[in-house]
Amino acid sequence: MTDMAQMQQAFYNEAKELLPELEEALLELEHYPGNPDLVHRVFRALHTLKGSGIMFGFQEVGDLAHELETAFDRVRNGELEANKTLLDAALRGKDHIHALLYSPDDADPSGADAIRSRLQGLLADKGAPASQADSSGGEEVNEAPEAEGVRHVYRVRFRPPRDIFATGTDPLSLVRELAELGDTYVIAHTEDVPWLEDLDPESLYVWWDVILTTDQGEEAIRDVFIFVEEESELTIESVDQGEVSKEEEEPSRKLGEILLERGDVSQEDLQRALESQKRLGEILVEIGMASPEQVQSALAEQQAVQQTAKPKKESETESSIRVPAGKLDRLVNLVGELVIGQTRLAQVASEKDDPTLSSISEELERLSDELRDNALGLRMTPIGSSFGTYRRVVRDLSAQKGKDIHMVTQGAETELDKTVIEQLNDPLIHLLRNSIDHGIEDPQERRSAGKPEQGTVTLAAEQSGGNVIISISDDGRGMDVEAIRAKALRNGLIPESTDLSEKQILNLIFEPGFSTAEEITDISGRGVGMDVVKQNIEALRGSIEVTSEPEQGSRITVCLPLTLAIIDGLQVRVGEEYYIVPLSAVNECVELTSEEKRKARAGRLIPLRESLVPFIRLREVFSIEGEAPAIEQVVMVASRQNTVGFAVDEVIGQQQTVIKNLGRVYRQVKGISGATIKGDGDIALIIDVDPLVQEVQEEEYRGAK
Amino acid sequence: MSRTIMTVDDSASARQMVSFTLQDAGYEVIEAKDGQDALGKLDSSVGMVITDLNMPQMDGIELIKNIRGKPEFKFLPIVMLTTESQEDKKKEGKQAGATGWIVKPFKPAQILGVVQKLLK
Repeated sequence: MTDMAQMQQAFYNEAKELLPELEEALLELEHYPGNPDLVHRVFRALHTLKGSGIMFGFQEVGDLAHELETAFDRVRNGELEANKTLLDAALRGKDHIHALLYSPDDADPSGADAIRSRLQGLLADKGAPASQADSSGGEEVNEAPEAEGVRHVYRVRFRPPRDIFATGTDPLSLVRELAELGDTYVIAHTEDVPWLEDLDPESLYVWWDVILTTDQGEEAIRDVFIFVEEESELTIESVDQGEVSKEEEEPSRKLGEILLERGDVSQEDLQRALESQKRLGEILVEIGMASPEQVQSALAEQQAVQQTAKPKKESETESSIRVPAGKLDRLVNLVGELVIGQTRLAQVASEKDDPTLSSISEELERLSDELRDNALGLRMTPIGSSFGTYRRVVRDLSAQKGKDIHMVTQGAETELDKTVIEQLNDPLIHLLRNSIDHGIEDPQERRSAGKPEQGTVTLAAEQSGGNVIISISDDGRGMDVEAIRAKALRNGLIPESTDLSEKQILNLIFEPGFSTAEEITDISGRGVGMDVVKQNIEALRGSIEVTSEPEQGSRITVCLPLTLAIIDGLQVRVGEEYYIVPLSAVNECVELTSEEKRKARAGRLIPLRESLVPFIRLREVFSIEGEAPAIEQVVMVASRQNTVGFAVDEVIGQQQTVIKNLGRVYRQVKGISGATIKGDGDIALIIDVDPLVQEVQEEEYRGAK
Repeated sequence: MSRTIMTVDDSASARQMVSFTLQDAGYEVIEAKDGQDALGKLDSSVGMVITDLNMPQMDGIELIKNIRGKPEFKFLPIVMLTTESQEDKKKEGKQAGATGWIVKPFKPAQILGVVQKLLK
């Protein structure tokens, strides 16, 4: 918000022009009583003083101007005479406003009341009701808010006028606004849309039923339609009241259940009879008594009501059971196998071109998708469950080191695969230990550096797309880039001549052989066992990175995939080889035409919406033989640093990918995180985006040197 | 969607109130002091018009009718500023083609609310 004082200045300036204008018009009005132009000038000046006055916080000015305006409105309408008494009062009012604005200390506190009573006398003389002063601006009528957290189901029927577009209103945006209030099921009624030749593109033929489940009151719903309520057909009805209790009162059993219990019909007979029975909605549509949209709308309402009723019941009966982790692992493995089977079926179905087979395959795909998400969801645990351990580590260790350290945790609710959380334990404790040991200074040192004596270590977790990002940051002394570089030189990690960026140097601490045991107390050293930490994180298909500001502290960021077992992938082909790019990293696919290729020549840049994006040829990276096709496809991926393209021969499509680990021999291969079995039984390698990009960049860097 | 808004008001302070508020929220603002001025400055960059009703030269209702008369601005959101005593004006404005209204005196948050609602 811009400075209120600055805005008030604008009002002061304007009032300085308006007040003399008002005075002049009032004085002239004495000579030419009833002149409509003059009355209008007076009215306008007062109107602006009122509106702006209240907006800029001069309530008293606004109130007084409002009362004068009311009087002159009467004059304008010929209900009141602009006689001497009124003009006198108005001139005094003008003086009073002037005083209020420019010399508030001298303003007579009772001045306004004197003018007001005189005006009211005038207005009352004419038998008119007292001015509306009491209701003048600034009042806000707040509806009593609905009890929080109570969700209701509303049926909102919104039928805008056919010419709604002509007032610049987009009805769809209103429906979307409604959707922001809660969970919605929207049914667009398109029955009235005429054939194309009869269609007037400037008319609206569609109307909506929205089943809205929200904790907001009816007022909030009505607010959405504030500008169109008068012209539109709008009904808002609460449809869930009493539903829940009714169900509980009469637990009436269905006919089939009773017959079954009495042994009059068998389960199979009942099932067959039920299957042959048509649903009410279908019958109604068939005999033309309801349109499919109407039935659909009613069904949605039914469902929404049932769902709000459900949590209420569930909360009473909700309980949990403990299951050995091994059983869950078996389940996830089996789901993985099922997904592979389903992928093969999908492939066969698409080859056979048999609609029956395709529909079975699609049905199975939907089920296995859901099963997969559920099975993986079973293993997800909030990371906060392990925060307690870390707190303890920080507390004990800081006491031992004689440091005063406060630990802050964020994102405890972030969910991660249970195995991942367990395997994170050691690396995270190591990182915290390092922060406490080397990052945060002694209280004395902190004091002399002008920092609070108490240091802070922050452990934060958040989900970002398909990844969870965990960061450990401290407000300590930061890392000494020069010392790290010197040490890396000494240990032979980098040759003398290398020219590395600050970031690259910092990340050298993760290199094996960076630190040796006898250097544990190294002043800047953070390197103790950092290579092990990195290995642990990479075994979880994650990545780790460090940033640091001298005297401000350091931050270590660990990025982990949400799950270990199954991902959504994009299958691509290069020559005879198949690869999977994790779909969570893919932004889009574009074509690289031969013309663009010519333009790019040796440079590896492709134009993408006004910017140039670097791309990597997988053909070259993986040394695949053969020529690239005339038109290559480029898969745009979001790597940690920026957007990068992967040039491939063909993009095959999306596929659920069950990750199989590569054997020990291939552990060291960078850029590949595993393999998967394709629908036809072949193997596709899964690309590990960040390491691959990093590797290629480093190689180019070395090449350029 | 254009993020340029035209504010039409004969009161400089009222105009500034609108401009300050909207500029703070990252919108571009074009100011016009009455209907005539507004019609002269209106072009395709404008995504929405906020107009006072009571103005010399050409008043707000006339302005709305004029804008709606141009095919290219047929669907442009137009919001009028009215006072609570102008219930009939509100109707007249709607008939002329106004999208909605803001009741004067208003608070910055109200303007922003309406703009965000209509410029989604």
